Amino acid sequence: MKITEEEVLYVADLARLNLDAAAVERFAEQIGAILDYMDKLNEVDTQGVPPTSHAIFLNNAFREDGEPAHLDREAALANAPEKEDGGFVVPKVVG
Amino acid sequence: MNLYELTLHEARDLLDKKEISSRELTRSVLDRIEAVDGQVGAYLTVAADSALAQADAADRAIAEGGISPLTGIPLAIKDVLCTRGLRTTCASRILENFIPPYDAAVITKLKAADAVLVGKTNMDEFAMGSSNEHSGFHITRNPWDFSRIPGGSSGGSAAAVSADMCIAALGSDTGGSIRQPASHCGVAGLKPTYGRVSRYGLVAFASSLDQIGPLAKDVADCAVLMNAIAGYDAKDSTSVPVEAPDYTAALRDGLKGIRIGLPREYFETEGVDPEVKAAVRSGIDTIQSLGAEIMDVSLPRSEQVVAVYYLIAPSEASSNLARYDGVKYGYRDKEQTTLMEMYRSTRSRGFGSEVQRRIILGTYALSAGYYDAYYGKASQVRTLIMQDFKKAFESCDAILAPVAPSPAFKIGEKTDDPLTMYLSDIFTLSANLAGIPGMSVPCGFSREGLPIGLQILGSHFQEETLLRVAYNFEQATDFHTRKPAL
Repeated sequence: MKITEEEVLYVADLARLNLDAAAVERFAEQIGAILDYMDKLNEVDTQGVPPTSHAIFLNNAFREDGEPAHLDREAALANAPEKEDGGFVVPKVVG
Repeated sequence: MNLYELTLHEARDLLDKKEISSRELTRSVLDRIEAVDGQVGAYLTVAADSALAQADAADRAIAEGGISPLTGIPLAIKDVLCTRGLRTTCASRILENFIPPYDAAVITKLKAADAVLVGKTNMDEFAMGSSNEHSGFHITRNPWDFSRIPGGSSGGSAAAVSADMCIAALGSDTGGSIRQPASHCGVAGLKPTYGRVSRYGLVAFASSLDQIGPLAKDVADCAVLMNAIAGYDAKDSTSVPVEAPDYTAALRDGLKGIRIGLPREYFETEGVDPEVKAAVRSGIDTIQSLGAEIMDVSLPRSEQVVAVYYLIAPSEASSNLARYDGVKYGYRDKEQTTLMEMYRSTRSRGFGSEVQRRIILGTYALSAGYYDAYYGKASQVRTLIMQDFKKAFESCDAILAPVAPSPAFKIGEKTDDPLTMYLSDIFTLSANLAGIPGMSVPCGFSREGLPIGLQILGSHFQEETLLRVAYNFEQATDFHTRKPAL
């Protein structure tokens, strides 16, 4: 098997996900099968081949510096699960 | 004839002659939704009141002579596109109550053209899926057979077009999400070249692959919608500053002398349904009889396409979906008292299992120790896949292929086996990896009466070639005129 249950838990931690025992077992099995399939990539010689991250050739897209339109504070906060005094509220971070 | 059955260009004609009003047309579409969507499940949100208000505004514009090609046309919008003031969920519980404060660039364009936005269509959560079974709210059924999937992830848009619950629709395509549901629902669908349509306001899944495009009742309607949505946008840094042509002009020319390539690897792929093979073969024969020159081409890395895609797309998704943290918008688990546990619980409760599976796969492929073997290797093979297409398009103008290896499968058939589900995307993924445009048009029906699509691929910015091939094929056949019995 390509990925152990411990690795699934480690990666879930990096991705900020809680998984119960059944999900860990299921994901280890399914993702293991998917990673086995990925062995097909090793059939291809990629020595010296540059990677592609973007299919269309574009240089950096610069614009003139300026002050474009932006959301006002009320609109930006309208969807916040919790807000106060014009800011987002989160659970206490420091003790 | 019922007004909801009209194509976009037929409706345009009647609206311009003032034989019908946009209000009558919109009312007819809303009544149709009321009558059949309980069975199909194509919509997540129907915006009846604002649609009728937009229809009235369109009727006033028409009376004053201010007519655009989309004035007063009722359209369905995949729920992955932000609509100001109208709930946009991406079919995810984590965005269940999200009301965007701005419009996606394409929505701004549709509104400026006085189009009528009927509602937001169902999809696989965050566009991750090929069946619409991964919606966080409800499944969508195929209008041709309610026991089958409509395809995905733009399954709601395809089903809405097929069942006449809109005049035309927008979808998005990251690995086939316009073309495959169009094929399964018997409608026309076009994924444009990467960078052709602004992604501003499209909720991101895999940013190097996502592209917005039309789903419509025929090819001419796809061309009209492309005219409305294509073009450079400074708000999308991957938008390409190449002027968009008049796509309807592509419908004038015949096929004499056009060179059509058939990738031998696609036609040697095992596990393709014999009825799909026969319908695609017959479509190729029709196109040849219209004057096209048919030739063999080779895409040697076709064998690796699924592996490359299912590393790159989940990797990009794992990064894009990091933004759903319960702080700025969307669902939050308010029971949690520490920040970290709030993040974790919010994401675990808010995301469905397919989204979590892809986040974990993508995070793994990007993590220290595995990056080179998985994401890095996939990005290199992607270069070779692009080179394969570049070479093929040196000898041909367009490529013909199947869209999906089988007609629409049964609901529940593949949900327990993600790898088998992924493998059904084998013919559509390469266009996204290479950034080229692709289209699906109806080319036949199975014995059970399920639609089958023909895929047309072209090189970068050659949407006109696809539309030209598709339009000539459509004029020579009648598959696009058949409707599901509802």
